[in-house]
Amino acid sequence: MGSLSFLYFGTVIVLTAILVVALRKPVSSVIALLVMFFHIAGLFVTLHAEFLAAVQLIVYAGAILVLYLFVVMLLNVKEDDSYQRQFRLGMGLGLVALAEVVYIVSAAGLPEEPVREPATTAVSAGNTETVGRALYTTYLFPFEVASLILLVAMIGAIFMAKKGMMGQETPKAVQAVESK
Amino acid sequence: MTPLSSYMILSAIVFVTGVVGVLIRRNIIMILLSIELMLNATNINFVAFSYYLDNVAGQVFVFFALTVAAAEVAVGLAIIIALYRGKATIAAEELNLMKW
Amino acid sequence: MKYALIPLLPFAAFLIIGLFGHWIRERAHWIAVPAVGISFLLSAWIFTEVAKGEPIHVTLYSWIASGAFTVDIGLYIDRLTAAMLLLVTVVSGLVHVYTIGYMHGEPGYARFFAYVALFTFSMLMLVMADNFLQLYVFWEAVGLCSYLLIGHWYERKTACDAATKAFIVNRVGDFGFGLGVMLIFVVFGTLQYDQVFAHAVLIEGQTINLLKPLGGEWPVAVMTVICLLLFAGAVGKSAQVPLHVWLPDAMEGPTPISALIHAATMVTAGVFMVARLAPLYNLSPAAMDVVAVTGGVTALFAATIALTQNDIKRVVAWSTVSQLGYMMMACGLGAYVAGIYHLLTHGAFKALLFLCCGSVIIALHHEQDMRRMGGLKDRMPITYWTMLIGALTLSGVPLTAGFFSKDVILVSAWSAGTLGKTLAMVGLVTAFLTAFYSFRLLFVAFWGESRVDPHHAPHIHEPSPTMTVPLLILAALSIFTGYLGIPGFIEPVLPGPDEMAVPHEGPAATGIMLLATLMGLGGIATAYIVYVKSPGLPDRLAQQWREAYALSFNKWYVDELYDRTIVQPTVALANGLWKIVDVEVIDGMVNGVGAATVLWGRALRLVQSGEVQHYALAMALGAVAILGMYLLLLTL
Repeated sequence: MGSLSFLYFGTVIVLTAILVVALRKPVSSVIALLVMFFHIAGLFVTLHAEFLAAVQLIVYAGAILVLYLFVVMLLNVKEDDSYQRQFRLGMGLGLVALAEVVYIVSAAGLPEEPVREPATTAVSAGNTETVGRALYTTYLFPFEVASLILLVAMIGAIFMAKKGMMGQETPKAVQAVESK
Repeated sequence: MTPLSSYMILSAIVFVTGVVGVLIRRNIIMILLSIELMLNATNINFVAFSYYLDNVAGQVFVFFALTVAAAEVAVGLAIIIALYRGKATIAAEELNLMKW
Repeated sequence: MKYALIPLLPFAAFLIIGLFGHWIRERAHWIAVPAVGISFLLSAWIFTEVAKGEPIHVTLYSWIASGAFTVDIGLYIDRLTAAMLLLVTVVSGLVHVYTIGYMHGEPGYARFFAYVALFTFSMLMLVMADNFLQLYVFWEAVGLCSYLLIGHWYERKTACDAATKAFIVNRVGDFGFGLGVMLIFVVFGTLQYDQVFAHAVLIEGQTINLLKPLGGEWPVAVMTVICLLLFAGAVGKSAQVPLHVWLPDAMEGPTPISALIHAATMVTAGVFMVARLAPLYNLSPAAMDVVAVTGGVTALFAATIALTQNDIKRVVAWSTVSQLGYMMMACGLGAYVAGIYHLLTHGAFKALLFLCCGSVIIALHHEQDMRRMGGLKDRMPITYWTMLIGALTLSGVPLTAGFFSKDVILVSAWSAGTLGKTLAMVGLVTAFLTAFYSFRLLFVAFWGESRVDPHHAPHIHEPSPTMTVPLLILAALSIFTGYLGIPGFIEPVLPGPDEMAVPHEGPAATGIMLLATLMGLGGIATAYIVYVKSPGLPDRLAQQWREAYALSFNKWYVDELYDRTIVQPTVALANGLWKIVDVEVIDGMVNGVGAATVLWGRALRLVQSGEVQHYALAMALGAVAILGMYLLLLTL
């Protein structure tokens, strides 16, 4: 049962990942990415990381992808004509890297079964509570720093996207597009 | 049960796909999207390990990775918009001021 | 310390005039002449000391002390050295005085005195040396002074060329000399004369295999090798064939130094060295034969060339080469005493001849070609009469010093075996030629009608006393040195080889004496007939014997031979090395490094395309490659 779900989720994840990279229209790539996020969340649930699955959906699918769609629409991104010149080299590189990783993994001797029977732990504490407990005690400092990161990112994004703040006027081509 | 190595290979496939995407797409936005793929691949890896080694630290790490990914996307897209304002293009090949 | 003062006074004169010459200028002789004068007085005093008693040996200064190799600066004065000291100081002093008149008003006046003082110092240290290294050092020093003085008028290219030629030819000989000194150290472990002489007998049987590097067998006695190598230096310094070519060209220098260096002192250093090292040469009959034959050949060779030269200084120069040949011949046949005797008398009369030439040159405003002289004997009586005395001595006319010394040489030669007899005959022929060319010079330059340039003819007069007094003194010496009993004085110090007995009496000796006199007088008579009695005869003879005349006039084409075989290939090699090796190869390599760097830079900069994806590709490539290598290493 467990492996069946892994098989389903895994296949879809791989397929959509390839679609993201291969499709020409940006919007199609974003939609494929969305599907992939959903299945990753499903994978997290099978791994008993429910809290993360929820956060993944909210943050990634709900915020980040929406942001991407906004920008794609705003900039009216056209379809890509072709792949980059280094297409073949990149593909070859990818295959080689994959082969290396497969080799490492097969030779590594990783555990087959999880260390402890997960059924017993589900009773003692839920995933959310465990994560929360760890987050607010052991990892409190990084948690606060994370909030700072978000603050800085927000300020930076606003600053950079403001009109005329980079010290240059928008070129005539952009003005023509934006005035339409 | 599926062995841990399967999760690792899955993660590797997604990661490599992301790398290839960075290398072959001509659009900056697509490059950023491929970077998201890579981040997600590592997330899968962490969670798998966290489950198999029964250590919650993996999930905490994913939590933070998510945070950083969000911040990075925000800033990255802001940069793209600023770039677009400057050159009216988002093709990666046109942005070569660092050329010799 | 009085011994050390003899050379140090001229050296001090050199330093003072050298450093302050700019302010001293034409007063330089006030410093140089007294210095040499006092040196002369000290030499005379030492001479009496040594004559009465034992040789003097003082060590002045420990120069090198490096493990087993120790060399001190020391002075060794025995009878031979004392005689040489007198010769050097007397001739040098007279030349100093002569120069006051000869170089009067010249811009390089002080510089000349400085260098002559330096030369005097070097020559004195050379004759007083007590070890081989000191000998070598001052050997080179006199060569340096010769170079400086030949090139005194350095604005003239011929003078500079002559100076360079002298130095280089000497260097060739000095190379062999240096090897000889090194071999002495290797064989004996010491460079002191007394120690080497004491141990010389011990190595009599030892041989060196000369063909060893080539894998062959040619054992030669060590002593012979040493003596021949040292003799190479003497060949260069004393202008023997084949390294004689520098001496005639050295006439580019001022006449006073032709008299001092190239007649009386520096060129005699070679002969002096052979005599000083007589204990070594006595042990090597083969080397002595080489020395004797070289001397004989040189004597005859140079005399044939002197017959046709037109420059009066060149005639005297070739005459010097010829007489040096005589001295070498004598030493080579074991008669060191005869050689040194002739050296001492020759120093006097050859210097005299040169200074007379100088007097004529000054009087005729630097005219040196004898074809433009003539009829001078009434206008310049002192010069004429002193030159006559010099020529008589050179020709070996009886009652002059030259007669006695040349006679001793010929007699000793005759009694030295078959080789000696052959060389004695060569010597007699040369004596005839010597008389001929000496009086040719005298008759053509001083007798007959005047062929002098009409501009200068009215102004011919005797030079100042500073120039004529030395002439008179030297003329007196030319006669009286024959009566001082020099051979007997020197004999105890210079024993010949053991198996030689030199009979100075007996029918053979008298016969030789008569023959030599006949040769001398015959030469004078022939010259008289040819040049005075029959005016057109010289030209007719030159026409008839055209090839022989050309051979003699062109110095047997030795200079041309050297030029073709040695000088031009060397110059070509140098040019090749310069244009190909230095400019193309070495500069090419150095420039090539720069060019290669630039090329690499140009190639590598293409990596910076400015496109981010190219950089990302590079990073990915690197990561994959490192991972791959790591895995490969793990599996292997």
